[in-house]
Amino acid sequence: METITQSIQGVPLNHYILLSSIIFTIGTIGVLIRRNAIIILMSVELMLNAVNLLLAAFSVYRGDASGQVFVFFIMALAAAEVAIGLAILTMIYRNTNSTDINILNRLKW
Amino acid sequence: MSALITITVLALILLYLGLFKASKALLPVALIGLVVALVLSLMEWGANAEPIFSRMMLYDHFAVAFSGITIFSTILILALSKDYFERISSNVAEYYALILFSLAGIILMVSYHNLSMLFIGIEIMSICMYILAGIKKKDFASNEAALKYFLMGAFSTGILLFGITLIYGASGSFDLEMIKQYILNDPAGVSPLLYTGITLLIIALAFKVGAAPFHFWAPDVYEGSPSLITAYMSTVVKTAGFAAFLRLIMFSFAPIQDFWVPIIITLAVLSLLIGNVTAVYQQHFKRMLAYSSISHVGYMLFSLLALNGSSDNAVFVYAAAYSVASIIAFGVLILMQKQVGNDSFDSFNGLAKKNPFLALTLTIAMLSLAGIPLTAGFIGKFMMFSRALASYHVVLVVFAVLNAIVGIFYYFRVIVAMYFKQEDRKELSVPVFFKFVLGLSALVTIVLGVYPDFIAGLI
Repeated sequence: METITQSIQGVPLNHYILLSSIIFTIGTIGVLIRRNAIIILMSVELMLNAVNLLLAAFSVYRGDASGQVFVFFIMALAAAEVAIGLAILTMIYRNTNSTDINILNRLKW
Repeated sequence: MSALITITVLALILLYLGLFKASKALLPVALIGLVVALVLSLMEWGANAEPIFSRMMLYDHFAVAFSGITIFSTILILALSKDYFERISSNVAEYYALILFSLAGIILMVSYHNLSMLFIGIEIMSICMYILAGIKKKDFASNEAALKYFLMGAFSTGILLFGITLIYGASGSFDLEMIKQYILNDPAGVSPLLYTGITLLIIALAFKVGAAPFHFWAPDVYEGSPSLITAYMSTVVKTAGFAAFLRLIMFSFAPIQDFWVPIIITLAVLSLLIGNVTAVYQQHFKRMLAYSSISHVGYMLFSLLALNGSSDNAVFVYAAAYSVASIIAFGVLILMQKQVGNDSFDSFNGLAKKNPFLALTLTIAMLSLAGIPLTAGFIGKFMMFSRALASYHVVLVVFAVLNAIVGIFYYFRVIVAMYFKQEDRKELSVPVFFKFVLGLSALVTIVLGVYPDFIAGLI
């Protein structure tokens, strides 16, 4: 355990923040520009994993376990969310035979 | 805290009732259970509030008041649900259970004392709402609403988490009290991570409550979801989101007000403008209510401008007035959609002749939403504006009053259609439950408007 902590701390904290921000931004851009609902779902997962990485890094640097516990919460709830999301997608695929979100534009003002 | 346990257990009991095909018992059991939860939650009033469960939650007056109003609104909405879910499918027990599970999440959202509980509360509530938005499986609008709500919700959850993480990185704790201590220790030398974190948190919560410019999902989702679920979303869920917002800002971030007040002002102004102006152009009652709910978020954001003891009170009164009036509006909408099959403004023509009671309650609701004196909505708006004036945002208040006038225009279209436009129509049949809920809500609206002291000094 000591060696893991040391090797994590071998990289400066700013690098973790930068890396996570980059991954998070890639995820955000993915959500905003991709049109396939499954890829949007994957982009959201990317955002959540960037958060997990950063939480673990902060937690090690502060010697405080609560950050790592939070990571478990995020994993569990992200799994629940994806389960619901895929169910909704299946329902839509049955009605439209497509997962493209562009066909979902019937509600407009 | 017993309210949270009661609601969770109640949801499980309902699932078992569904399993044993006791569908007649579902609604009575749910209503009785919720009344018990309401009483239990109100009984914790006045007790010396200490953070419980390893400082995870704090059941203080704020939490009691907001769980009271959310449970009360849920009772009213469930009373409207008689024979509603049966027309959608036979899995009625699951729908009730999901509503109650989301209510459990909402109780967490209004009583958290740790950012991890905020996250878990929001997720429990959201995941149930994603399903409920899409329960009309064959209906394309409902499908679209579910998917849009889900994608936007998941996206905003990601932003929320990144915000929480940055705040954790800066302050070293998820505890609201510790974060506040961190800021107070050295207000000038606060890490820039914290500022980024606060911005992201505000964006994420603005998504959740549907404040402009993060509102674009709201009209579509509100229109596509089944009307009863829309009623729940735009009253209970919105109140809870706002309570979570307020609690976070009041508890932790009050010392660095100069940083986030401009953000809140921008959100409030955009919400008022976009919500009111677009609502004017709507031809359908349900979509008009969706846009008007965006403008109501704008008014509620005013309470954050001058933080002191009475901010939570102002939001509480406003949320109570808005919830009760919206429930009347959605109740009439449900009857209208069921029996006329249409919710355009024209379908309200001549309603006053045939259904004077419906027309009267809907008129009271519209007056309250528009903020006419002697209704609860007026008291809510008055308290909001006095919050903004307390911090000398005079221009902002003038702008908001102008917007309130625009609001009167589109709320009165319904009243004009009901009372002054003639049309031969069939009388709508109003079930007893509807009569009770509409009458009670109208009564509450008037009583709060005439004697605001009942709840105005509460928290």
